Order: sequence, then C-alpha cells, then structure tokens
Amino acid sequence: MKKTLATAALTALMAAGPVMADLVFPSLSYRTGPYAAGGIPFADGYADYFTLLNERDGGIGGVKTKLLECETGYNTEKGVECYESTKGEGALVYQPLSTGITYQLIPKTTADDIPMHTMGYGRTSAANGDVFSHTFNYPGTYWNGASGAVNYLLEINDGDIKGKKIALVYHNSAYGKEPIRTLEELSKKHGFELSLLPVDHPGQEQKSQWLQIRREKPDNVLMWGWGVMNQVAIQEAANIRFPMENFIGIWWSGAEHDVMPAGAKANGYKALTFHNVGRDFPVFADMQKYVVDAGKAAGAGDQIGNVLYNRGMYAAMLAAEAAKTAQEIHGTKDITASMMRDGMEALSITEEKMASLGMPNFGPSFEVSCENHGGPGLVGVTQWDAENKTWSLISDFKATDMEVIGALIEADSTSYAKENNIASNCNK
Amino acid sequence: MFYREAGDFKTSYATDNQTFPIKFDRLGYFTVMAVAFLVIPFIINDYWANAIFLPFLIYAIAALGLNILVGYCGQVSLGTGGFMAVGAYACYKLMTSMPEVNIFFHVLISGGITGLVCVIFGLPSLRIKGFYLAVATLAAQFFLVWLFNRVPWFYNYSASGQINAPERTVFGIPVTGPNTEAWATYLFCLVFVVVSALIARNLTRGMAGRKWMAIRDMDIAAEIIGVNPLKAKISAFAVSGFFVGVSGALFFSVYLGAVEVGEAFGINKSFLVLFMIIIGGLGSIFGSFAGAAFLVLLPVVLKVVGVDWLGWPTDIVAHLQLVIVGGLIILFLILEPHGLAQLWRVTKQKLRLWPFPH
Repeated sequence: MKKTLATAALTALMAAGPVMADLVFPSLSYRTGPYAAGGIPFADGYADYFTLLNERDGGIGGVKTKLLECETGYNTEKGVECYESTKGEGALVYQPLSTGITYQLIPKTTADDIPMHTMGYGRTSAANGDVFSHTFNYPGTYWNGASGAVNYLLEINDGDIKGKKIALVYHNSAYGKEPIRTLEELSKKHGFELSLLPVDHPGQEQKSQWLQIRREKPDNVLMWGWGVMNQVAIQEAANIRFPMENFIGIWWSGAEHDVMPAGAKANGYKALTFHNVGRDFPVFADMQKYVVDAGKAAGAGDQIGNVLYNRGMYAAMLAAEAAKTAQEIHGTKDITASMMRDGMEALSITEEKMASLGMPNFGPSFEVSCENHGGPGLVGVTQWDAENKTWSLISDFKATDMEVIGALIEADSTSYAKENNIASNCNK
Repeated sequence: MFYREAGDFKTSYATDNQTFPIKFDRLGYFTVMAVAFLVIPFIINDYWANAIFLPFLIYAIAALGLNILVGYCGQVSLGTGGFMAVGAYACYKLMTSMPEVNIFFHVLISGGITGLVCVIFGLPSLRIKGFYLAVATLAAQFFLVWLFNRVPWFYNYSASGQINAPERTVFGIPVTGPNTEAWATYLFCLVFVVVSALIARNLTRGMAGRKWMAIRDMDIAAEIIGVNPLKAKISAFAVSGFFVGVSGALFFSVYLGAVEVGEAFGINKSFLVLFMIIIGGLGSIFGSFAGAAFLVLLPVVLKVVGVDWLGWPTDIVAHLQLVIVGGLIILFLILEPHGLAQLWRVTKQKLRLWPFPH
C-alpha cells in the first residue's frame, strides 16, 4: 500500500486495519460513448448478480456486497480516476472491461495488492500467474479465441485449411492487435493466408476495409471488434453480400445489439464464446423474483438474458465464488483485497457448483492455479438466428491449441518480467 | 484597499518590470508557491495526485505550449494531440534505449524532439494562414497517430502496440512505474510546470514574444517593421512544440504509465487543449493555468456532486457532464470571449478601486 508522507507515520501507529462493513466490488462501467452498447448489458449483469446475492442469500457468506459503479466511457484517463477514487473504499477486485485500462492497471493493482480479473480480454500473457501475480484472465483469453476460431474452421473443413484466405478485421488498438501474433503462428502451422485489416476507433468508417474484402474474396473473415464497430462491420458485410456463416466474431463481437441493425441479413453470423447464451437457466427465475420484480434491476432492466448481460453475470458469479473461496481459506468473513487474490488463485469451478448456483453448463469447469491464471481456454461457437432473434451454441466448448499459445504466453510474459524486474510469484 | 500600487515604490528597472507589480499579487504568488511545494506534498494522496493534480499540471504545460503558438503567435494548431504523442513516444524510446540516463533529461530531450517535429509541420505556416493552417496541423495530428500505430519500432515491437513506462527514479525515488508515491510524481511534474511557466512568461514579454505578437496582430506590418516572419513563426512552433512534448512525455510516463496512441492522443486531445486556452484566455500565461484547471476539475467536481453526493446513476451524470461542459463553453464564449484571464483582469481592475470606486 502506498501512503502520503504524513499519513505514513499515522498508519504505522494504527496497525490494525479498518473494520470493513461490506464486500466492495467496483464496477468500472461505461454506459456512455461509442462502446456503451456493449458496456451497458455487461454492467447491468454484473450489478444484478450482486443485488441477487444480497437479496436472496444476504450477501456472500453473510456479508452484504456493495457495488461501486464508476463511469469510464472506455477512456483510460477516466479509468485511472475511477480506480483511484474506488480503491480506497476497500475494493476487492477490478474488472475494467477495457484492454487499454487493463494495461494501465496491471502494474498499479500489483503495487496496491488488489487483484484484477480481465475475463476474456486484457493482456493475454497475464495468464502466466508466475509473472502477473494480481491479474487473472480465466476462463479464456484472446489467443484461445484466435485458436478456437481456427480450430472451428479446421473442424468444418475436415481438418484442412491449407491455402485458404482468412482476413482479420480488427479494432486498431491494443485490443484488436492482441490476436495477430497467434494467428500468424497458426497460419504458419496450418498454411492459411492471413490478411490484416485494421479499423480505427471508433469504427464507424469501414467502407475501404470491406471493399478490400470484396476484392480479395477471403474464405473467412474473423473480427475483433467492439462497440459501434461490430454493427457497422456486420452491416457492411451484408452490403457486399459476404456469406454470414463464413464471418466469425470474437466474443466481444457477438451480442444481440451487434446483429440486430442488419436485420434478416445478419442471419447465420457466428461468434465465439466462453460461456453459454440465452435465458434458459434457473438463475433467471431468481433474478426475476428477487431483482426485477423488486424493482432493483440495474439500468433500464431490459438487457436480461442478452449475451453480454450473461457475461457480466458470469463475471460477477466468478468474483463471488472467488470471494467465497477466500473466506474459506482465510477463515474470515470480512476479506481484504489481498485475501481475495488468494481466493481467485484457488478458485475451482465445477459442474456441481454451477448447477447449485442455478447456472448448469453455463461455462466450462476449471481450476485456477498460481501458474495458470488463464483457465482452460475452452472456446465454443454461437450462431445468430435472425428470425427468432436468438443466439445458439453450435459448437461445444472445445480445447484450443495450447502448444502454440503456451509458447507465446511464455515468451511475452518473460519479456515483461525482464523489462520490469519481476520476481517469480509462485516459487517465493 | 489592500490591492493597490500606491506606496509600493519601484527604484530600479528590474522591479519596475517584474511580473507582479502589485505587492498583494507578489504575496499571493509566493503563498501559492509555498503551498504547492511545502504543503501539498505532505497531504496529497493517490487520488488527489492521479485524479486532479497530475492531469492539471500536465495539461497546464500543454496549454502553455499551445497558447504560445495560438495565443501569442496567432498560428492556429489542431495538432496538439499528435505532438503530445511525439513527446510520449520519444520519451518511451529514450527510457527503454538509455535506461541509465535520468528521466528528467529524457523528458527534456523528448520536448526538444517534439519541438523539431513541430517545426517541420509548422513550415507550411509561412504560406498558409488561419483555417488552412488549422487543416494542415490537423493533418499532422492524423499522420502522427497513424505513424505511431503503424511503425512497430516506435512501440518496441510489442504485441499490443501499447507502450508501458518502466520504473525510473530521480534521486533514488521512483517517479514513473507502478511503485511511485503520490508526492514524488506531483513534485516532479510541479517542477516542470513552474520552470515552463517562468520560461514562457519571460519569452513572451521579451523580444521573442513581441515578435510573435506582432506577427499575430498583422504579419505584413510586422514584416515592414523588421520582424522576420520565418524566424518568428518557426521559433513559436519550436517553443510550443517543446512544451507540448514535455507535457506529452509526462502524460505518458508519470501520469498514465501505459498509453495507446489512438486513444490517448487522438483528435479529442487536440480539441481539449484548444478549449483550455480558449476558455482560459488566449495570450495569457494565467489563462493557460485557469483553462487547464477548469477543464480538469469540472468533470471531477460534477462527478463527485452527481454520483457521490446526489447518488444519481453514473450514465446520467456522464451525459449531464457533456451538456454542462458544452453549455459552459458556449456561455463563456458569449459572455467573456477573452476567457477566464480577462475575468481575472477585470477583477483586478475593480479591486484596485475597491471599496471607493470614485
């Protein structure tokens, strides 16, 4: 912990920590700006799950949870302000939902001894817990996503995609550039041709990229998009009559609001996922009873069951389970951020656990360890049905090419450790 | 009553030309300096440093730089974000390639590099003016952001294109990286701000500043009385670029720590700094500070009032913030086109006569 000069002396006297009333979960959300379409359902799901825990179970282990929402607008400066203003309130875990803010918070949270969970985004090599002690990105990373997409293509092409042309349309930022390295490795391994088409923030202007796709006629298009960029890309793809079933988005490019604007033309669009979709889970009955009917739903309350709402809820569930684990490990109800980190590192999600929470088969079962903060990296594929307006899982959660990904994670995290003189976290 | 020239006798040219001719002002200035250097470092915490003081100080340097170019020399620039990016990336390359050199010099050299880049993009100003120059600098903005996104050498071939500030120390105390103390980063930036403001003040009231103002007021007339427009304009671009570069370097290394060029140094940044000097007051050192403070503090204040005190939903507050900031900018431009600095000048004039205005 860091202190001011004056309070350093003061706090040294008061060695005992402050009494914490609630378990504080900050939510660095964005309900405004070009990425709000994705930020709102996620924030609602995250908030509603904690409301549900408070209303139904009286919190986590009998301690109420408190959600601190702070608007970042997907902007790193505001993200810093949010982080600084909430960390003093006993924040247990940060989930910034922005790769840019994640990069900024990785060193900060480590210095402040607060864990950060970047579920399916952020810096992929943070999966190496030996280097990134306070950053977790289970249950899957972008590189799993990239490999999962390629595996899926292998599967539907009978294991041979040699010579196929695959284009990657990506958000020209740290987020969108993340899969490139993996895809390059995989293109060497499987012999497909990769072309890269960056789209600049915020992504409303994509005419030239899709013109290029129209000219080059790639067999498949992968997309790493977010916010308004997704809708525009799907609309453009429909405009050039690109076959939707050959168009696969990452899990951040596959929600209802991304495909709705293109209407029937978006039918058949595919997206990756690491958790289940739809509202066909017992937990939603509780959600309706304790949260929605009680008038306590976050936001407008119209997002329930959407892909990103489910993801926010899933993130909250994993955080709550980690907090429970931390309570068990340390034998205390009022856990601190440091204990929360231990809980996250010892987190084990099993099928029984998910079923008991009313979310059977909602995500993969996995265990986090000190070395592996990235989880198993199982990737499923969903497809959009424009007529019934539903997403459905068309390929179950399957393993990805950890041989390629593991080597890349090792290389990237070691260079980070060397740059920043980080000692081993697991072999102290 | 207290605020007056009377009784404060100037006996030398130096005292006659001082920045604060009124004793009350001088006292105020020294008090502010004493509080800034001797009081705030002892009470500042992470929140105050990272949410308020660091952005204020860093934007103040950027505003000073842009004010020299736009306010004093009359050359409209929309490339501030791009030039800040030059400072940031120069600082990053220097920090990683020469770790043994003190970060203090890296920041200064980054300023110098930005000055050079700024001069190159300032060359068209010899031929084009006004809106057309604004468009040319806008091109610089887009070109520079594109460049730093496109050429991997600038971000040391990292997978994500992000640049991260490694830990660097001054006198053994870390000022960049994650393990910094709030007071250290604050003092580090404060030193740059104070020195920048002193340099800017002395440049603008000296020969260089007079040349710039002559060019701003009427370039043909200035040329006739012997001001070389080439030198005047290029020097304004160089000095402005230096300050903007320093602020960009601090913005990246001390304040944010990790930066993505399109997001941190986009066109929004150029407009933000331009708004700062317009609201603060064109052609005024005080205005640069006032404008930076206004635009850094206002969102924070609105957020604290709206979310923490009134308990409103965060999205409503964020939208209101846009409405209020936008409304205030329009209001200011109508009621006081010369900015906060002019309000301050008027207040001072009134204070001199107070409480007997006749």
